Amino acid sequence: MKRFALQSLRGSAQSLLGVRSGEFRVHEFYTSLLRALGKFGSNLFNKLFVSPTNIFDPRSAPAHEIFRLSMFTLIVTGAIFITVSGLLLYAIIRYRQRPGEDADQEPPQIYGSNQIELAWTVIPILIVVVLFLSTVRVIFSIQHAAEPRQALDVQVIGHRFWWEFHYPKYGVVTANELHVPVSSDPKSPLPTYLQLATADVDHSFWVPRLTGKTDLMAGQVNNMWIQPEVAGLYLGQCSQFCGAEHARMLLRVYAESPEDFQKWIAQQQRNAVDDPDASAGRAVFEQNVCINCHLVKGTVANGRFGPDLTHLMSRDTIASGTMPNTRDNLEKWIKNPDAYKPGCLMPSMQLSDQDVNRIVSYLVTLR
Amino acid sequence: MADSIHLSGIIDLTPEDKHPRLWLEVMHEWIVTTDHKKIGLMYIAASMMFLVIGGIEVLLMRIQLAVPESTFLAPEQYNQLFTLHGTTMIFFVAMTIEFGFANYMVPLMIGARDMAFPRLNAFSFWIYLFGASLLYYSILGGKGVYGGSGIPDVGWFAYAPLTEKAFSAGNGSDYWALAIFISGIGSIGTALNIIVTTICMRCKGMKLSRMPLFAWLMLVTSVMVVAAIPPLSAAQIMLLIDRYLGGHFFDAQAGGSAVIWAHFFWIFGHPEVYILVMPAFGFMNEIVPVFSRKVIFGYPAMVAASVGIAFISFTVWAHHMFTVGMEPVANTVFVISTMTIAIPTGIKIFNWLATIWGGKIRFTVPMLFCIAFLFQFTLAGLTGIMLGVAPFDWQLHNSAFVVAHFHYVIVGGILFALFGAFYYWFPKMTGRMMSRTLGKWHFWLFVLGFHLTFDFMHIPGLLGMPREVYTYEPGHHWEIWNMIVTIGAFVQAVAIIIFVYNLVRSQFTGKLAGNDPWDAWTLEWATTSPPPNYNFASEPMVRSRRPLWDLKHPEDPDWKYEFDAENEMATK
Amino acid sequence: MWCLITAESAMFLIFVVAYIFYLGKSLNGPTPKEILNLPIFDTVCLLSSSITVRLSVNGLLKHSQMAFIGWLTATVLLGITFLLGTGKEWNDLIFKHNFTIHTNLFGTTFYSLVGLHATHVAIGLLMLSVVLMLGLFGKVDQDQTRRFHSLSMYWHFVDGVWVVVFIVVYVIGR
Repeated sequence: MKRFALQSLRGSAQSLLGVRSGEFRVHEFYTSLLRALGKFGSNLFNKLFVSPTNIFDPRSAPAHEIFRLSMFTLIVTGAIFITVSGLLLYAIIRYRQRPGEDADQEPPQIYGSNQIELAWTVIPILIVVVLFLSTVRVIFSIQHAAEPRQALDVQVIGHRFWWEFHYPKYGVVTANELHVPVSSDPKSPLPTYLQLATADVDHSFWVPRLTGKTDLMAGQVNNMWIQPEVAGLYLGQCSQFCGAEHARMLLRVYAESPEDFQKWIAQQQRNAVDDPDASAGRAVFEQNVCINCHLVKGTVANGRFGPDLTHLMSRDTIASGTMPNTRDNLEKWIKNPDAYKPGCLMPSMQLSDQDVNRIVSYLVTLR
Repeated sequence: MADSIHLSGIIDLTPEDKHPRLWLEVMHEWIVTTDHKKIGLMYIAASMMFLVIGGIEVLLMRIQLAVPESTFLAPEQYNQLFTLHGTTMIFFVAMTIEFGFANYMVPLMIGARDMAFPRLNAFSFWIYLFGASLLYYSILGGKGVYGGSGIPDVGWFAYAPLTEKAFSAGNGSDYWALAIFISGIGSIGTALNIIVTTICMRCKGMKLSRMPLFAWLMLVTSVMVVAAIPPLSAAQIMLLIDRYLGGHFFDAQAGGSAVIWAHFFWIFGHPEVYILVMPAFGFMNEIVPVFSRKVIFGYPAMVAASVGIAFISFTVWAHHMFTVGMEPVANTVFVISTMTIAIPTGIKIFNWLATIWGGKIRFTVPMLFCIAFLFQFTLAGLTGIMLGVAPFDWQLHNSAFVVAHFHYVIVGGILFALFGAFYYWFPKMTGRMMSRTLGKWHFWLFVLGFHLTFDFMHIPGLLGMPREVYTYEPGHHWEIWNMIVTIGAFVQAVAIIIFVYNLVRSQFTGKLAGNDPWDAWTLEWATTSPPPNYNFASEPMVRSRRPLWDLKHPEDPDWKYEFDAENEMATK
Repeated sequence: MWCLITAESAMFLIFVVAYIFYLGKSLNGPTPKEILNLPIFDTVCLLSSSITVRLSVNGLLKHSQMAFIGWLTATVLLGITFLLGTGKEWNDLIFKHNFTIHTNLFGTTFYSLVGLHATHVAIGLLMLSVVLMLGLFGKVDQDQTRRFHSLSMYWHFVDGVWVVVFIVVYVIGR
């Protein structure tokens, strides 16, 4: 019986390691049983807990790998918990002092047993070995995934409290909303590789449905990759405490078909729209210190401290995902950023309502 | 040949002091005391005060998080609150309340008159109190000269470079660093005391292999304190050098690295959490056998497991850093060590289970808390395993799941064991029993509140909610879970109020306890309740791990059966 | 004392690790090779002070006040010489080479590590001087040997740390 169990564990370990052997067919049954359990559990979980940031609802290769490993881990730990608490529950019921029993009669004193100690050392070690082997496989699979030639490279620079994205191949700079192509063909995957750096303190890039998080650490560049397989909007946020507005440093990842993605790139590559009707507003904009922090390609505004505004109106949100990008919100934001994101680093310039109005009239032309 | 303790050891020979004393006299006695029992009580009292303060901090935080986009607190206030809450609870409540119990109980358990260095003991307490108060003086500091926050708002692990002058202009980080540094001196002092006391001052016949397990665990904990706190002090000195002397330890612009702060902090931080849990294991080791009416199963294995955990705990630190971009090999190494530490921890749980098995369980209030510990700590350990699976951690790190996990250990494990210890040793310390009825109310309400809060806190983590966030957007389906968590917090608060009321009231109206109300077996129960100043009139002599068992069962004493390397007669 | 030594060792270890981690990582400014000279004389002084303090402890043990006081004085003098030597080295570095804790990573880690050590030397010297004063007033006798021995262990520890610092900073680092 023990040998059977050991073989079964070994089989599971082997199939987890990708080694298949005809000798262990019966134990493939167990692994598929485990997989089915995992699928059932996660389906149930997802029905009960629908969320755009559910880690158990992956849509990208690394997230899928993590998901499978997580299910296996949950099953193992779940089994351990049920066993141990079952025994515990049994013990406290069966061995309670019952009324009417002689309270002075002590039960047999058992001091220990080497064999038992050995047993409950060896079995956990075996469990740990299996869990460890499956874990190592996924660590290397994700961290050492070879970057295919067609992969997209994006540089992510974390700021307090917004995200800066550079597409070096295309010369595109944008903020807070990351557009990436969808990888629909499994034979020719199209991942996006992100290089993470920070301009100030530590941050962390976390979009749960696409992959696990990786930190942006001051003084080094980290790497990660995503490979969304379904087009759509994926939400996330900064996950390393970075100061007052850490909670509202949101992420929006737009996975689009390669065609849509190229269209977006082309639009982003253009210089800023020069709408003559907005020249009054543009003048006010360029005469104020806005241009010291913000960049609008093709104009005198070439500040790098704040988000690039060249194609501001191509974004759905402002203030790193916390406000919908509408004229009204733009006005409120510029008037007093601190009222909406207290502690953010964009100061209120104390402009008159008229000036704000003119600036916003200019900004809404920046498609 | 005496094979039991001298019965005369329990007779209180001090002449009774009849005259009523002025308040000033009483206060003076307490301020200048070097008696380990009084110092222990002061540690416990001070820690309870900080527990209440930390609890109020968390209630405010939970009100803020109960609904999305709440404006109950400003972001700065919330950030200050969680920094204060974490720092207070870990350094000024958990560590010190355990030191308080150790101070009181360890000399009694080993048949000694006091700690090895009584004046160092007193000094350690007062410097802890000063350091802890320093953290709260930061409130008076306001915004300092340069703006920025006077109250630390950088999280309890104060990651650099957020704490550098450039990003934390106020004095908050300084208060954080200095408060912990200064009270750390006290921790090292107490640890030193415990080590020397347990090694050098055991009574006749008490070899190390006969020392009560609580004393063993305090010894192990103290060795860990001596080795683990200095790295934090070193990192804090480096931070202060950066902030005030123009150093570049964590200054990325000069080539400094943020990762190195994380390494230094967690080299302290991980052993620290084992420092927090080991005394709780010690409480379990004393209470569970007494109320199962059985000797602890596998004493040598328990000692070995504890020492093993202590060693391994210094090798797992970077499992807090799986997401900082370490190489896969490094990640793998820390996965191994993290999973390895689960083995001796599991051994301890199984040994407790085996102790209960075949026993005659009495569901006294301390035992209720210990049984809850067993269920809850097992679960907490398992969520820890989940976090040790690095890729799983890449999703769960810095989320509400982690917060749920470590509170499951600290509240569901350590605090429950602490409550058990309170109810168990209160009779010894005061001579009176705590109210059993109030105790059961406390227990069941706290269990309800604890599970409402910390069971359901795992879910938002799985659904993508980070930690240390002062608010959250609607639309992620985090709302209902946060509301339940908040309700649970208030239920726990009510339970704590009942507990404190019980604690205070029982000192005046509790049933008189006598020397040994629980029919227990270690030396502290051989003295009066409370013990006289000098603990034992003459040095006890013991022949086994349970000297009082030997006294009560002369026909079947422990020393005939004990699992002892030296004892040839060990059977079973 | 062993507990204290363990704790202090842990703290020094972190500073040594930081020093080694940042070797070669300074973005600008002088490198160790350029401005550090081997402090041979200071090292000899400090290490021999370990020997003299041992002799002093022996003297106290054997009830020889002369040996005790004499060797203790030698220890204190050697320690002071070491500190003066460090002070001179720093004076040159700071004022001749403009090299401070602020200059670069090397500066930060160098002054922190060596400074932390020097602080411990200073504290040790203070304690030794107190014992010396008490000894001169005839207050220290054979019964105090254990306490003095404890203090001498601290002094040996400080010397031991210097060996590590010397190797890491002046030998490996350059």
